[in-house]
Formats: sequence, structure tokens, C-alpha cells
Amino acid sequence: MKKLMLGNEAVARGAYEAGVTVAAAYPGTPSTEITENIAKYDEIYSEWSPNEKVALEVAIGASVAGARSICAMKHVGLNVAADPLFTVSYTGVNGGLVIMVADDPGMHSSQNEQDSRFYARSSKVPMLEPSDSRECKDYVKQAFEISEKFDCPVIVRLSTRIAHSQSIVELGEKVDYSLKDYVKNPAKYVMMPAMARKRHVEVEKRMGGLREFSNTSGINNIEWGSKDVGVITSGIAYQYAREAFGDVSYLKLGMVYPLPENIIREFAKEVKTLYVIEELEPFIEDQIQKMGISVIGKALLPVIGEYSSQLIREKILDQKAGASVKIDEAVPVRPPVMCPGCPHRGLYYVLKKQKLTVSGDIGCYTLGALPPTESMDFCVCMGASVSGAHGMEKARGREFGKKTVAVIGDSTFMHSGITGLIDIVYNKGNSTVIILDNSITGMTGHQQNPTTGYTIKNEPTKQVDLVKLANAIGIERVRVVDPFNIKEVDKILKEETQVDEPSVIISQRPCALLKSVKYDGPKKINMEKCKKCKQCFTIGCPALVNVGDHIEINEALCIGCDLCTKLCNFGAIEKAGENNG
Amino acid sequence: MDKLNIMIVGVGGQGTLLASRILGNVAMKMSFDVKVSEVHGMAQRGGSVVTYVKFAKKVYSPLIEKGEADILLAFEKLEALRWVEFLKEDGSIIINKQRIDPVPVILGKEKYPEEIVEKINKVFDKTVAVDALPIARECGNIKAVNVVLLGVLARITGIDKSIWLESIKEVVPQKIQELNIKAFEAGFNVEV
Ligand SMILES: Cc1ncc(C[n+]2csc(CCOP(=O)(O)OP(=O)(O)O)c2C)c(N)n1
Ligand code: SF4
Repeated sequence: MKKLMLGNEAVARGAYEAGVTVAAAYPGTPSTEITENIAKYDEIYSEWSPNEKVALEVAIGASVAGARSICAMKHVGLNVAADPLFTVSYTGVNGGLVIMVADDPGMHSSQNEQDSRFYARSSKVPMLEPSDSRECKDYVKQAFEISEKFDCPVIVRLSTRIAHSQSIVELGEKVDYSLKDYVKNPAKYVMMPAMARKRHVEVEKRMGGLREFSNTSGINNIEWGSKDVGVITSGIAYQYAREAFGDVSYLKLGMVYPLPENIIREFAKEVKTLYVIEELEPFIEDQIQKMGISVIGKALLPVIGEYSSQLIREKILDQKAGASVKIDEAVPVRPPVMCPGCPHRGLYYVLKKQKLTVSGDIGCYTLGALPPTESMDFCVCMGASVSGAHGMEKARGREFGKKTVAVIGDSTFMHSGITGLIDIVYNKGNSTVIILDNSITGMTGHQQNPTTGYTIKNEPTKQVDLVKLANAIGIERVRVVDPFNIKEVDKILKEETQVDEPSVIISQRPCALLKSVKYDGPKKINMEKCKKCKQCFTIGCPALVNVGDHIEINEALCIGCDLCTKLCNFGAIEKAGENNG
Repeated sequence: MDKLNIMIVGVGGQGTLLASRILGNVAMKMSFDVKVSEVHGMAQRGGSVVTYVKFAKKVYSPLIEKGEADILLAFEKLEALRWVEFLKEDGSIIINKQRIDPVPVILGKEKYPEEIVEKINKVFDKTVAVDALPIARECGNIKAVNVVLLGVLARITGIDKSIWLESIKEVVPQKIQELNIKAFEAGFNVEV
């Protein structure tokens, strides 16, 4: 049967067909749908782990215990999971172990555009890179075979346009895979110096085998066309190159680490001009140069951002874009914005009002950095808000600390905020940490997490009690507040930033997009009561529109959350369709 | 027809994803190779979103380049203007007359352009403007705007209606099928 599938969905199908029985992940665009789709297979135990390091360790445990296991993350997630990655490279596997990592060239949804291929090289783990959904499925299956054959984890790298493009996949049968025997083997699995030294030798031996495999397995193959031009490429860049160059010769790499040196030499010998087309860093190019082969790549193409076939045409073939009609008119940008009804909006209204320095974190609430709230001073990586606020106070002193808060979402707090909070208590900090508990992992499309009380399969489970957790690590001042109760938020924030001890404020209201959240439906402004003071407008809701001297509500967007209603001193905001107005 | 490039543009939250999935399914039913490139994550929170749907004998890049789109389906007027340069000179454009102000406009820092449909119509003969929101409301839910617009698109492509209906049934969850088929029919029969 043929099916149109997202790259991520095809990865899930590949895992299923390969007989995977354990899957663990932490969400992150563009990798999230891999595990969301895996969770649909009853045969596979799957989980949202609190972070990527935990996810990889769960998968490693499962592999050592004899199962085929998989874990998935976005590129920056692999930074978090890097610690186990480097050492599982030494221990190797029992059941096959595949690590999915999704890069985001162009940063559609990320804080940097690091190139995860370097992780393959520095951890000495082979890496495959599919170029469409069909290959996503096929390569994942093949990755499990490679993993077991060479006794190593295998990384499969996607990029946004592979993960989030749908193309046609031929579904196959699930293989009969039964758990491998579990045999205690400390020499292989307990990595202390004496054992690790021996394992490192094995790793280097394995690399030899993998190089041979890269040359002979057929995963890297040549498509001969005109030999005037030869293009070495992989992944999505292959698709762009195919469209831009047309009938030339291609060496399409399915395995990007280790590279097939013999095939590359053979290919280079046959073609007149040799190009490497790869997004981001010159990972392939540098290695080919090192082989003494001259090749054109980053001399003409950027290391920044996404490619397209047009970009290749322009930069390499000197062809201008096709005719397109432009209409001469300034088009305002449309940056993302918190949804109408977003619980974070109430809190940000107060943060702005109190002119606080905000140590920020990653999630929907990062949008509070943009106008109109503009209430975030820095944001680096998940968890950094908490530890960063502590560092700020230690650098600038207590008075500065009294005007500083950390903001962190519930999922992000579980991911890596807890350790920072422990640091504050342990090292006598006074920071105020606001946990924005919207009962879900919002930004990545609404995944459950340890604070929500549900698993990835929506089964009820124990729920982390944030108040007790904070108490247990030594925070005595924990306040819970509804962010739409603006007066209360204002008061609590003033109190907590002033006290000379650490405190936690839990800002609790569910995300407006959750099915369980039911508001009353659109509001409208009664113009007889409205005094045109525009007070409601200051919350920065996209449903409130400035039409010259007064404000109107866009009924198609308003869900009736009532935050603006509370700010109106004249009771002018009413349910739409009820009053004349 | 041996190939077709369609772009669906709009504002995050308007349901462009569902529309592109149904469209992709239609292409597959017609035995084309097909690629659909979507946007997930950050931009979905009220940002400008674009999906590319390409069908042909063989599709390589999932992206449509400037001047290559046969049809541009815009869920919102400003987004129509933003992406119109991707349309071929003789391409068709369907514009939903809905207006959603982006933040810079809301804050008075930038202006929402006037008379967008007229301006586009001057340059592109095949411009169709519809007000899908009231149609969707009449069908029972304003969220069905996406499928109303898909109905309009279906008419313009000339692709057999039964293929569309089959695809809707395959892609849309059972409990909202009736609503969606109603919305599709309403869009299909809109006077343009
Ligand atoms: C190491 C790492 N993993 C994953 C992500 C992707 N990511 C960004 S924000 C976020 C979670 C946000 O959830 P939450 O903290 O609950 O805030 P919300 O979006 O719900 O407001 C995730 C998973 C990331 N940026 N970095
Ligand atoms: S998805 Fe939820 S948390 Fe995120 S901006 Fe929308 S309402 Fe807010």
C-alpha cells in the first residue's frame, strides 16, 4: 500500500517495521511528530521523557536489555544528550539503537542552526541522511541493521524540509524481531577507565569496517549523467541540486559519516567540474579537500540559512530567477504572536508594567520578548532562565536582583529548570522564579509532560506537584496565581521580588488551545459604553484591532477569554451577538 | 495536465495544514508523484505560514520558487500580497477576503495595505476573491473556512469532484466529516 507521509511519520513507520519496541523522546521542532506517530503503534512502548539526555539513556537501557530502541530530538537536543552519546559509542549495543536528530537550517523554529553532522564525527557514530519520506522509512530500517552489525548506535539526520515534507511511501511488513538475550557483560557495558580503554580500541576497529561498508553497501550511489559536472550531495540538498543542475552526474550520499572515500575518488576522476552541495557547514567538502581532491562548495554557497534550487541556480549556474510579477506595495511583516486567550499574556502585562529584567527561556512565552510586551532580556537555551537570573544577581548584587525574575514554562522547568533552582537555594540566591504552568508543552504542538498528569498515550499518570517539589528542595515561599487575575499577579510579584530569599511563583492557567478549555465565544465592544481610552489594547491580543480612534474586536479570532474585559473600567466589552453596541 | 504547483498561504491557526493534506491526497489519487511541504512550530502561532504542494511525474525539491506557482490559495488578504510574486504570470489566485492584522499593524507601526484584491486583480487576470468566513459560519463552524476555500480551489483546478470528496473522507476525522463536506460543497458552488 502507498501512503503520503511526512518524513517524521515515515521514520515512525520504519521503526515499527524494524520491530522497535521501545521509543523515548523529548519534543522539539522539527522532530516532534516522529514520536507522536510512534505512540500510535500499540506494539511500541513510547514515552515523552523529561529531556533528551533521559530519552537517550532510556533507549540505551532498552538496547542493552536486548530490544531495538529509538529516540528522537531536534538538533539542540543532541547537545543535551551528548554525554550519553559519546560513551554509548564505546559500549555499543545489544538490540539495535537509532538516534534521530532533526536539524533546522534557516531556523524556522530554533535558537541556532548548528550542524549535527559534527556529532557523528566526534563521537565516531555512523550517520545516515535520507532525502525524502521513502528513504526516511528505508534508512531507519537499515540503520537498525547497521547498528547490530557493527555494534554501535546509528544517528539518522533529518532537516526541516525532510521532516516536514510529505511524499509517497510504500508500506512494508513488520519484521519478526525478538528480544536478544541479555547477558551480563561489564567489560562491554561498564565504562570505567580500564574497560573504556579497551572499548576505544574496538571503536577504532569498527570505524574501519564502517568505512568499508560506506564504500560497498550501495547506500552511497552514483547516478551518471553528463560528466561535465559532478555533484556530491545528500539529504534535502540532493533534491535542490537535482532540480537546479538537471542531467549531470550525482554522487548521492545516504551515509554522510563515514564517507565512502573510494567512491568519491572514482566519481571525482570521471567528472570535469566537481561540486559539493550541502546546507550549513562544509562538513563533506572539508573531508574531500583533505583527500586532496579539489571541489567547489562554500566558495560559492552560503553556510547560513536554507538552500533552494533557485539559490543553487543563482550562485553556481549564474541563472537569474524566472519571471515573476511584483506588486509595488509595502507588506507589513507578520511575526508569530501568543494566541488569543493565551494564559501567558496576563503575566506579561504585569512584567511589562513593573519594568522587570526578565531572564527568559524557551517556549510560547518567549514570544513575550516581541512587541508589544517586549519583556524578556535574554534567552539562550532550555533551563537557562533560572540559572541565568541567579548569575545576574551574583554579578550585580541584591538590588538588581529585586528587579529581576526568571520565567520558565512547565515543560522547560521539568527539562532543565530544576537543577538551576536547586543551585539558587544551595548557593544562597534570592531569585524569583516564575513557572508558567499552562498544563502542556505548548510551543511544539501540545505534548504531555510530567506536570500534566498524562502520558504520551494519554493515559492518566502521577503528576509532579510543583509546590511540593519547590518546598522539598528548600524554597519556602511558593505562591500559586491565576495569570488572568492581574491585580493579584501584580501584588505577588511585588512581594516576592522584594524578599531576601528565593521564591517560586506558579502562574497557572491552561493553554487556550487545549480541547478541555472552553471560553464563552467572541466578545465585542459596546461603543455606547466605550470611552476610547484603549486600556484593553495594552495587553497586545491579536484579536484587538486599532481602527483609528477606537478599538474593535476581530470576532473570527476572539475566543472570549475575558482578559481584556477585566481591564476595561467601563464594562464596555460584552458577549458578541447579545447587545446592540 | 502533467504538473501542478499550488501554494497555500495564510496565518498560523487558519487550518492551512489540513487543506494541503487533502490536496496532497488528491494528487496521489491521480497517480502523480507528490510533495507537500508544511510549516510546524513557532510560525504556527499567528505567524505567516506557507505550504507548497507540487505534483508531477517526478518531484524533486518540495519547494516552489518565485514565479513557479500555478495557483496561489490565500487564506488572508495580506498574505496573498506577501506571496503573490511566487505566482506565474498567467497563474490563478484565490483570495479569502478575511483580514487579520499583524502585530506591527495593530501597534500602528505599519499600515495594512488598502484594496489588496483590486491591486492584485489588475496584474493577474485570474483573480478570484471570496468571503469564506460567513460561508463557513453558515455551514456550522467558522473553522471550516479552510475547506470552503478548498472547494473554490477544486472548481478552479477542474479535477474531478469525486476525487476531492474521497480525499476529504480519508483525511478528515469521522466526526467532522459531514461539516467539512458541506463546507467543501459550499465553496465549490460559490459564484465567482
Ligand atoms: C534542548 C531543547 N529541546 C527542545 C527544544 C524545543 N522546545 C522549545 S520550547 C519547548 C517546550 C515549551 O514548553 P513549555 O516550557 O511548557 O512552554 P509553553 O510553550 O507551553 O509555553 C520545546 C520542547 C529546545 N528548544 N531545546
Ligand atoms: S499555544 Fe497555548 S501557550 Fe502557546 S501561545 Fe497559544 S495559547 Fe499560549
